[in-house]
Amino acid sequence: MINALPPAVILIVGALLVPFLKGKLKNAWMLALPVLSFVNLLAIPLGQHWNFTFLGYDLVFANVDRLSLIFGYIFHLVSFISILYALHVEDDVQNVAGLVYAGAALGVTFAGDFFTLFVFWELLTVSASFLILAQRTPKALGAAFRYFMIHVAGGLCLLAGIILHVQQTGSAAVTFIGLSGLASYLIFIGVGVNCAWPGVHSWLTDAYPEATITGTIFLSAFTTKTAIYLLARTFPGTEALVWIGTAMAAFPIFYAVIENDLRRVLAYSLINQVGFMVVGIGIGTELAINGAVAHAFNDILFKGLLFMTMGAVMYRTGKINATDLGGLYKYMPWTCTFCIVGAASISAFPLFSGFVSKSMVMEAAGQGNLRFVWFVLLFASAGVFHHAGIKIPFFAFFSHDSGLRCKEAPKHMLLAMGIAACLCVFIGTFPQYLYGLLPFATDYQPYTLGHVITQTQLLFFSALAFTLLLLSGIYPAEIRSINIDADWFYRKGGKLFFTAADRTFNNLNQWAEKVFAVRLPERLSRFFREPAFLIQRQGLRMLAAVSGDNRNSEQLEIWLEERNRSGSHPIGIWVLLAVSFLAIMSVLYLFIR
Amino acid sequence: MKETSDIQEKTGIFDNPQNVKRLLIVFYASVILLLGVDFIYHKHTIFPWEEYFGFYSVYGFVACVILVIIAKYVLRPLVMRKEDYYD
Repeated sequence: MINALPPAVILIVGALLVPFLKGKLKNAWMLALPVLSFVNLLAIPLGQHWNFTFLGYDLVFANVDRLSLIFGYIFHLVSFISILYALHVEDDVQNVAGLVYAGAALGVTFAGDFFTLFVFWELLTVSASFLILAQRTPKALGAAFRYFMIHVAGGLCLLAGIILHVQQTGSAAVTFIGLSGLASYLIFIGVGVNCAWPGVHSWLTDAYPEATITGTIFLSAFTTKTAIYLLARTFPGTEALVWIGTAMAAFPIFYAVIENDLRRVLAYSLINQVGFMVVGIGIGTELAINGAVAHAFNDILFKGLLFMTMGAVMYRTGKINATDLGGLYKYMPWTCTFCIVGAASISAFPLFSGFVSKSMVMEAAGQGNLRFVWFVLLFASAGVFHHAGIKIPFFAFFSHDSGLRCKEAPKHMLLAMGIAACLCVFIGTFPQYLYGLLPFATDYQPYTLGHVITQTQLLFFSALAFTLLLLSGIYPAEIRSINIDADWFYRKGGKLFFTAADRTFNNLNQWAEKVFAVRLPERLSRFFREPAFLIQRQGLRMLAAVSGDNRNSEQLEIWLEERNRSGSHPIGIWVLLAVSFLAIMSVLYLFIR
Repeated sequence: MKETSDIQEKTGIFDNPQNVKRLLIVFYASVILLLGVDFIYHKHTIFPWEEYFGFYSVYGFVACVILVIIAKYVLRPLVMRKEDYYD
């Protein structure tokens, strides 16, 4: 028995205490949680721990190997940075949701069986929804609702796959599955929803820019990266992933160029970066998997850093659209510097973190002779510099003077951004420490003369294109607008469905109410007030119509009415006759049989 | 959360157009220098086209121009809507 707790426990249980604490004690407690949880993780040796048997299946609360460990490390690191960044937040909904969300990501990462994994998978969705809801704007409410619905649908798909898979194989262990059969496809798609694959990606670009300033930092780190982790464990070397990842790397950059909301630009570039990781997992060689994992590690840091700088700008100015910003480098010099570090890292400049991981995926694509993929990834590399590397810092901090006058970001935010920025430079400069943590041993050398020169050429000429296009006025001016994406199908489609359902079913409902609830009882009650009279009168009228002789009918109707009023219908006799007839028939039936 | 009052007007380094000009000159010079580097070192490459003179420079430039042109003239007319489109 080991003297430690399962990896997810400290953050999740610790989060529940947060609402009972106040002031500095609360801050200290929140900052201590990821540190304690990290020390706890270090105390867990490699292997599978906390095995329980439940309904005949093995539950494993901690499957610790090199793949889960590196994700565990970066999740702790980014939790600490995000909490530090969010220290000013007094809203406990956000504080608790953020910690639980980070804990759930650890739970998914270290789950050794699919049942445990699924519970944490759903906890990710629920806690993340609260990080969006906590913004408390109508837009955020809608986005959180859509986020929740999509992830619940994805989760159900995953659950269906898990149940089929467990039925077929008899094992719930989280291990290599590979694409074969319905169960694997369902799991594949379920994970793909969280991975923001093209077509199911729009929850990300819809919700992340609507979340709270600090919530977005948490969000950018966990959901897509746990999906990457799970793909790396269950579907390495699946060719479909190469093509999915290539599409992911390419299409968002077009959107990012014309997007006005700078946090949404980053959301698109997040999909673009995850595309590189998905390609790496699809290629499946040791170099490619290493590249995907290393890039996930780096992306969590530099994307978090970029979101933090944009969050700081939003915190100080209340604005995030490129049309409203500009010229802030004078007022937020540190934030601006950190933003440039993040931009250089995501663009993969030599000495910055993206350089040492993105190139591994490119190299693996080259070694596999995937020419088309290689060309698209190179295009995406140039494109990411264009929109995330230049556009973000340029429109927020330079460009024209927007007239905004604000203070530098608060100290705890600067510290959080500073730590992330230093790590980006450190990893970029001394990649061997990151390489030492990767799932497979590697002797990959990012710093060859050729690589440094060609990458710098690629980026400088991208920058040249940006400069010339901007100076010539061809570069698309930022316009106050939104761009429709795949979410159009369920936002407009949803409305259409709602309208169609409203018209069809509510009209049917109204018709049914009119007929069955109003008219029919009315007629029946009228009929049963004097049934004998009405039947006789109707019969009389029909008889008169058939015979064509209605000379006596008026007289007869008056006579009927009189008899009705005096209650002298000979009904009793007829009933007696009918009952006697039925009795005789029954007796006869008995004898005949 | 806005804290825009009581902030002193500041003059930044790029408020002087001369400095912007200087930065651009340095940038153009470094771009030309980087292209020139292709003359003097031998590349070790995976694909043959990587050895062409200025491959990465031209690709980076052309890729970004195509990216912007497509985004501006193809994608934007297709997907751009007013800000209250979904409301």
